[in-house]
Order: sequence, then C-alpha cells, then structure tokens
Amino acid sequence: MSAKTLFQKVWESHEVVPETAETPAVLYVDLHLVHEVTSPQAFTVLRNRGLRVRCPQRTLVTMDHSTPTETAQIFGGKPISLESAAKQVRQLEANCAEFGLDLIGLQDERRGIVHVIGPELGATQPGKTIVCGDSHTSTHGAFGALAFGIGTTEVGYVMATQCLLQRKPRTFAIDVTGRLADGVTAKDLVLAIIGRIGVNGGTGHVIEYRGEAIEALSMDERMTVCNMSIEAGARAGMIAPDETTFAYLAGRPRAPSGAQWEAATDRWRNLRTDPGAPFDKQVTLAADSVEPMITYGTNPGMVMALRGSVPERQDDEVFARSLGYMGLQPGEPLLDRPVQVVFIGSCTNSRLSDLELAARVLAGRKVASGVRLLVVPGSQAIKRQAEELGLAQVFLDAGAEWRESGCSMCLGMNGDTVGPGQYCVSTSNRNFEGRQGSGARTLLASPATAAAAAVRGRITDPREFLH
Amino acid sequence: MPSSNIDTDQIIPARFLTTTSREGLGEALFADWRYDTDGRPRPDFVLNQPQSQQCRILVAGPNIGCGSSREHAPWALLDYGFQAVISTEIADIFRSNSLKNGLLPVVVDETTHRWLLENPGAEVEVDLVNTLLRLPDGSEASFPVEAFARYCLLNGVDELGYLLSQLRAIERFEQARG
Repeated sequence: MSAKTLFQKVWESHEVVPETAETPAVLYVDLHLVHEVTSPQAFTVLRNRGLRVRCPQRTLVTMDHSTPTETAQIFGGKPISLESAAKQVRQLEANCAEFGLDLIGLQDERRGIVHVIGPELGATQPGKTIVCGDSHTSTHGAFGALAFGIGTTEVGYVMATQCLLQRKPRTFAIDVTGRLADGVTAKDLVLAIIGRIGVNGGTGHVIEYRGEAIEALSMDERMTVCNMSIEAGARAGMIAPDETTFAYLAGRPRAPSGAQWEAATDRWRNLRTDPGAPFDKQVTLAADSVEPMITYGTNPGMVMALRGSVPERQDDEVFARSLGYMGLQPGEPLLDRPVQVVFIGSCTNSRLSDLELAARVLAGRKVASGVRLLVVPGSQAIKRQAEELGLAQVFLDAGAEWRESGCSMCLGMNGDTVGPGQYCVSTSNRNFEGRQGSGARTLLASPATAAAAAVRGRITDPREFLH
Repeated sequence: MPSSNIDTDQIIPARFLTTTSREGLGEALFADWRYDTDGRPRPDFVLNQPQSQQCRILVAGPNIGCGSSREHAPWALLDYGFQAVISTEIADIFRSNSLKNGLLPVVVDETTHRWLLENPGAEVEVDLVNTLLRLPDGSEASFPVEAFARYCLLNGVDELGYLLSQLRAIERFEQARG
C-alpha cells in the first residue's frame, strides 16, 4: 500500500462516491455544527422543498454569534436589546422545533461558541468529517478531524443529505521543530506561521501541522493553531491525534465509552501520516525562534514581533492605506502604544487555559484607568470552571467585565463593539477594517499579551509579568 | 478594485448578517467603504462614481473574498447587480459560495488582469460555455471553472437535486459503517 497522509486517510474513508473528471466526490459528513447566523436560509430551502433533516443525531445546534453576553439579557429576563439578534435567536428556536433538532439554546448550561463546545462535549473526534457554516470550523482539525467551513447553501445540502460535493484539496505540511520558549504561546506560533506563509499561502490546501513543538502542545493550544488555518487561506488544518488527544476526550458526554472507547482509540492510533507520504507543499519553522507577536495591519498576515517595528513598504498603496487606517507609521515600534480596549475571548483563545494565562498576568493587578477589559469565556462550562477556580474573581477584582459566553467582540454582531479609532488588543482571529466596530483598530495577540496591555494601558511584553 | 485581500467583512459587514433571507443585501454591499458614518455615499468610493453605474463585473485584486465564509458576500454582490468577479486569485470558500449562486468567479493571468484594471468600464464577454473571457479587441483569456459547477450552471442542474439523487449510495455508505 502506498504511503498516505492523515488527510488522505480521513478523506478516503468518507468518500460515498469518489471524484471523477466530471464530478466532485460525494463526501459524508459525520458532524454538522449549526448556529443562528448561517442557518436560516438553509432551513428555508428545506422547508420550500419539503425536505427533512436527514440525521438529527449528527447535527449539533447552538447560538453564539449574535447572542448577547450581558447576564441580564440571557438569564435576567431582560429582552435581547438588538432586535435583529433577537429575531435570529427566535428563528433558530422555531427551526429546530419544526425540524426536530435538539437545540443547545440560550439558557442551556452546555451553550458556548460552537467551536468550543464541539470538543468540550466530545462530539469532535479524530478521523471525523466536521463542517459548519463558519470558517473557523478548522479548529476541530486539532483532533485529527477533517473540519472546514461551508456556506449557507451547503449547510442546506448537509441538512438534507448529510453529504457535500467536494473536489480534493492539495496538502501542505508545516513542520515545527524545537519548543516554544517561556511566555511564547500557540497564538504567537500561528501568527508567526501566517506571517511566514501569507494570507493566501494555504489557499487550496489542507495544512497538517507536525513536529515536536506541535506534539508538545495541549489540546487548547492545538485548537488555537488549527483555528487560524483559514487566515492563511487554507481549506482546513489538521494535527494527528495522540495520547494527549485521547486524554482530553476520555469521559466526555459524546465520546465513546467502555469497549467502544478501546475500539475507537485503536482506530485513532492509525490516524497519522505514513512515513514518506508526499505533500504538495512543505515548510519548516523553528519554534524556538518565535517571539510574542502582534498584528499591526488590517489582515492577519500583517504581523510582527511585539518588540519589533512596523515594516516599511515602498510603492504599496494598499499597505499605506492599511497603516493609515491603523494610525501607524512605518518604522515605529508598537511597544508602549496606548490602547483603549482589550478583548479576551473568541474561538481562538477563550478556553480555560487561555483564561488561566490571562489570570496569571492580572492576579493582584488592576486594569489601567481608561481601559475597558472584556473577558468572554468560550462556553458556559468554562465560565463555571473559571468561577470555581477563582479566575473570574481575579478578572473582577482587576476591574474587568466578566460575561456570559459567545462570539461577542470578535466580530461585534451582538453590540459588544470597539469604538471608532480605538485600539483593541484582541485574542480573536481577524483584524480586518471595521470588524470589531466601525473604525475599530484591532491588534491580534495572545491572552498573555492582551492581559499585559490591560494592566499597563499600553502594548507590553507579557514576559514582564510571567516569571 | 485593485486592492489585494479584499475580505468578506468589507464586502458585507457582520451587522448585516442578521437577515434571514438572501435578498436585499445589495444596499449594504461594501457598506463601510461606500457610506460615511452619517450614511451618505462617499464620493471617492468607486461604486459611487457615475462611470460604475452600469458595471456588471467586478475586477478585484488577488485573494478577493478572503476571510469569513459568509455566503452573504456573493448574495450582496448579486443583489447589487454584479454577475462576475475577475481576479488573479480568488479565495476558496468565496469561490465555492459564488458558484452556488451563479456569481461567476473568473481567474485570469496577470497581463489580462492588469489590462482590465487599466480599462475600467470596458465591455468584455464572459463565455462560460467555452470558459473564455473575450476582450474588446477580440483577444481571449481562458479561465478555469470546476467542471461540475459549470455543467450545473449551463444546464440549470440543481446541485441539491443531484445530491438527493445519490441517496441510495448514501444509504449504502451509512449501512456499511454500521
């Protein structure tokens, strides 16, 4: 048998009908994640055509993008203040009732950002195909799943047939040697990778992240890396499952148990790239040389070392326009620049270990005067754990706002926005113009960098606070 | 619009994603570039200029449509009146979403792209049958289109209908796995 990549193994085991010159493959979807923003029009198509959802048991539905994070609007009986968000929430509730889908609804204790709760509930597993009407579906690749974002029309296809039409993407191996230094996080690593390969470096490819530095990462850290694969243009990002993966999944509600657990882990151990399997593209990076990173521009590829200077680029109108939007000059440092908002949250960095890291920086310290620190846990479960462990108290004592879970300020759909011209150090994944609010100036960074910025009110190397 | 990396947050900002239909998004196309904070059209934005009014094809810089998978992006472009997007590079999810809605993603070489950017308002022909872009001087540039998507668009074949026709194979697959 020829040597196969992890990607190829997962792809081949899901071909209902293989690809031909004339037709794409019919690919089976093991897990369909659904949320309130990209599903309404899909349900409408099903309704209009008299179709039902084929596999309700393979469909995990929640609400996260437009939902409020204010406790009073979730649990306090206060109506959702954004009428358009309230309408989408009601629409999803009605659609789930009509189509017989279980909904992890607004007050459900399991609710959270869809890419946080899938793994948390043990629904995300190695070797699965997982799709969602959301580009950060790539997150689940951290488990050795083939996970990618789709549009609303395809959401309808999956609902009706549990399948998609797909042409096989190419493969890209990113090998990371060595180890990340103290105070340098998985977020810094993936920002460095995107800086290296560019926002279109992965287009048309599924990335597999390999190497000792990757193997040393926890599941939360692997999810951060895979999450941002889409920012490099990649179709998906994958990391081979191993004992770290199995330890995370063991005992979770939707994970196999008993004899089925043994059978599953036996199968999962074969989900690795065979020695010598070819990739279409390959790049090697040394983890040891990765520094804390921060974006300076208006796409995730415009990134620099925190201690560095904004690059110069002659005769590049787009670059100049981007710096103009950000209010930055070529050649100037970002360290010590005042910021007005800090956001710790999003499917990239809102898990317990992210909050623990932020709390290490914030413990016994206060948010600088004039700075708004918003901390939004990735799920209600993480919120409860953070409260039990005293992390929430650290945030509150420091003067931060501690909220119910949701996508929140990552894309500002629910009213949690950054004001025009304000600098926001954000643990999210996109710094596009206006993403966090009209005129908002987003600087993407790790939870440690974000927390440090909140304490000093200026961009700061977090290693000053981490010993 | 020659800028590279025009992302879907620019094409359709998140605050417009609360719609439950596919219609009416043309008003919000490029909203933050098109309108100022008082909602008035910015005179220096290309879509607000008189010579753009009849245009049906958007020529954009490389990696157009990167970022979020929101299908609202091609919906907004179509509702506004665009029928095709031409670039040297088109982001994957945006390309797929566009094809699903009949907005043609057309990838051409640098030379053709440069000519198009230098000649806004030119009348060109996008020939999907032969996958050729025909320029006013008669020259032709070939563009790749995924074969099945092309077939569906030309023959009015509904992709969901096609998938539903595969139900027997899907059932066999599900049974074989147990």
